[in-house]
Amino acid sequence: MDYSLLIPEVVLFVWALVLLLYNASAKTENPRAIGLFALIGLVAAFVILWFVPDGSLFGKTFISDTYARGFKMIFLLAAIVTVIGSVDFASKHMKHTGEFYSLIMLCVTGMMFLASAGELISLYVALELSTISLYILAAFLKKDLKSTEAGLKYLILGAASSGILLYGLSLLYGLTGSTVLDEIGYRLFLNEGTTIAAVFAIVMFVAGFGFKLAAAPFHMWAPDVYEGAPTPVTAFLSVASKAAGLVAFVRLFFNSLLAIKPEWVVIVEIVAILAMVVGNVVALLQKNIKRMLAYSSIAQVGYVLVALSAGIDLSVTSMMIFLLAYLFANIGAFIVVIAFSNATGSDNIEDYSGLWKRKPSLAIVMTIYMLSLVGIPLTGGFIAKYFLFGAAVKEGLYTLVVIAILTSVISLFYYMNVVRIMMFRPAPSADKIALPWMIKLGLAISVIMVLLIGIWPGPFYAWGQLASTIFHF
Amino acid sequence: MAPLANYLVLAAILFALGVWGVLRNRNALIIFMCIELMLNAVNLTFMGFSAYLNDYSGQVFVFLIMAVAAAEVAVGLAIIVSIFRHKENVNVDEINVMKW
Repeated sequence: MDYSLLIPEVVLFVWALVLLLYNASAKTENPRAIGLFALIGLVAAFVILWFVPDGSLFGKTFISDTYARGFKMIFLLAAIVTVIGSVDFASKHMKHTGEFYSLIMLCVTGMMFLASAGELISLYVALELSTISLYILAAFLKKDLKSTEAGLKYLILGAASSGILLYGLSLLYGLTGSTVLDEIGYRLFLNEGTTIAAVFAIVMFVAGFGFKLAAAPFHMWAPDVYEGAPTPVTAFLSVASKAAGLVAFVRLFFNSLLAIKPEWVVIVEIVAILAMVVGNVVALLQKNIKRMLAYSSIAQVGYVLVALSAGIDLSVTSMMIFLLAYLFANIGAFIVVIAFSNATGSDNIEDYSGLWKRKPSLAIVMTIYMLSLVGIPLTGGFIAKYFLFGAAVKEGLYTLVVIAILTSVISLFYYMNVVRIMMFRPAPSADKIALPWMIKLGLAISVIMVLLIGIWPGPFYAWGQLASTIFHF
Repeated sequence: MAPLANYLVLAAILFALGVWGVLRNRNALIIFMCIELMLNAVNLTFMGFSAYLNDYSGQVFVFLIMAVAAAEVAVGLAIIVSIFRHKENVNVDEINVMKW
């Protein structure tokens, strides 16, 4: 048994507990110092992750492979960029910042275990560790009614959806008599022909994971939670929670349920179409930028599901590239929202008018993030969409690709609307907006990564391809 | 042991009752009780399969579901208390500051 596979998770977990104890014992708190301390822990775990070898522990309960490590990098990067962008928000609006950062780290620990879960029990427990931390984070500003309300909505719908997911897991266990994913895949492969119970279980899985991914028709919670939760939490939630849903969804469906692919492919396709249409159309009507980004994230997950319903190795590769590009573009956009609302106290898209006059650099980086979310060439979003739709075309899913491209055109309107308001509307006041250096750092990292993926995609493609090698299509 | 189908049918009925309760009730506390009912229906399914298959991992799963459900309820009650401090009320129809 090679326990060194667990070092990144253990480092994060211990770091989170130290933060919690420090927060409980310190008389006065220094939010900046606490934020930097959390950042060091996350970066340390990220560095250690590069040296973790392949292997598995406890009878395939914990698997360390290229796929799991690729996703762990995504989770850690999301947390690192979020923490960099959140230090100023936390020192302005929050009490108990130690608890805040320690919850983010516990959530990432849960997601990292989820990426490595090779068995139903550990998959469920890791999923719950990450989502329960997120419930608390969403309701973190307890003096703020919106934040509390977001927490309650997220909790009720989240708990109900994990109940549905669990019912599906129990049926799968009954069908195959095993909780190990590889073993389930093998036994389903031997059972020629599928039963009604398997179809029932698949519907439950799609509903349960659809909630975590915020894919329509299971998206009702997303706009309210995105709007009400503290903005750094929204930034983290919009990327990491989606990636966490995808990591478990893909491992379960491509590893265990590949033998019954004809049964689930139709359901995934329907969810993909609904997510793209609902997300892109309703986003047109939004006036609050956090709500607009919530609907945009619903649409983006639809594009991933288009690629996943192809069910080939390019699907996994393109999903990894997409998540990386989406991570930096989306968290970057939320850091702009944090900077703007710290300066002006508003989240309305109308109030962004004249941002070009008040802070040109902020308007330019926001434009780059929006272009990446649309998928304009030279940005990461273009490369991601190119491979996502490429995977679907390779399998001949032309209807899906046509719908995806048409809805992408619709998305152009609401993303470019933000750019139009920032660039061409007169500013309501001539006050300049000052940017603290941590926010500048977060914005700079995201812009560089978005452009790097767009201009030089080779290494990122290779990284994504490495992750897809563990599946046997 | 009674036939497996008895356990599965009872669990399915309990699960459906739980889902119906979550959708229909307006009081956040009762919604929580209905979610617990759903989880217990899942536990019953696992126990039935575990006894039928003579395999212990289903029973281990049940213990972990109970532990996680307890954690979820602890967080849930804390959030309900903090909603109550704002509203003096836990009716989900009145929790509507945000709408599209």
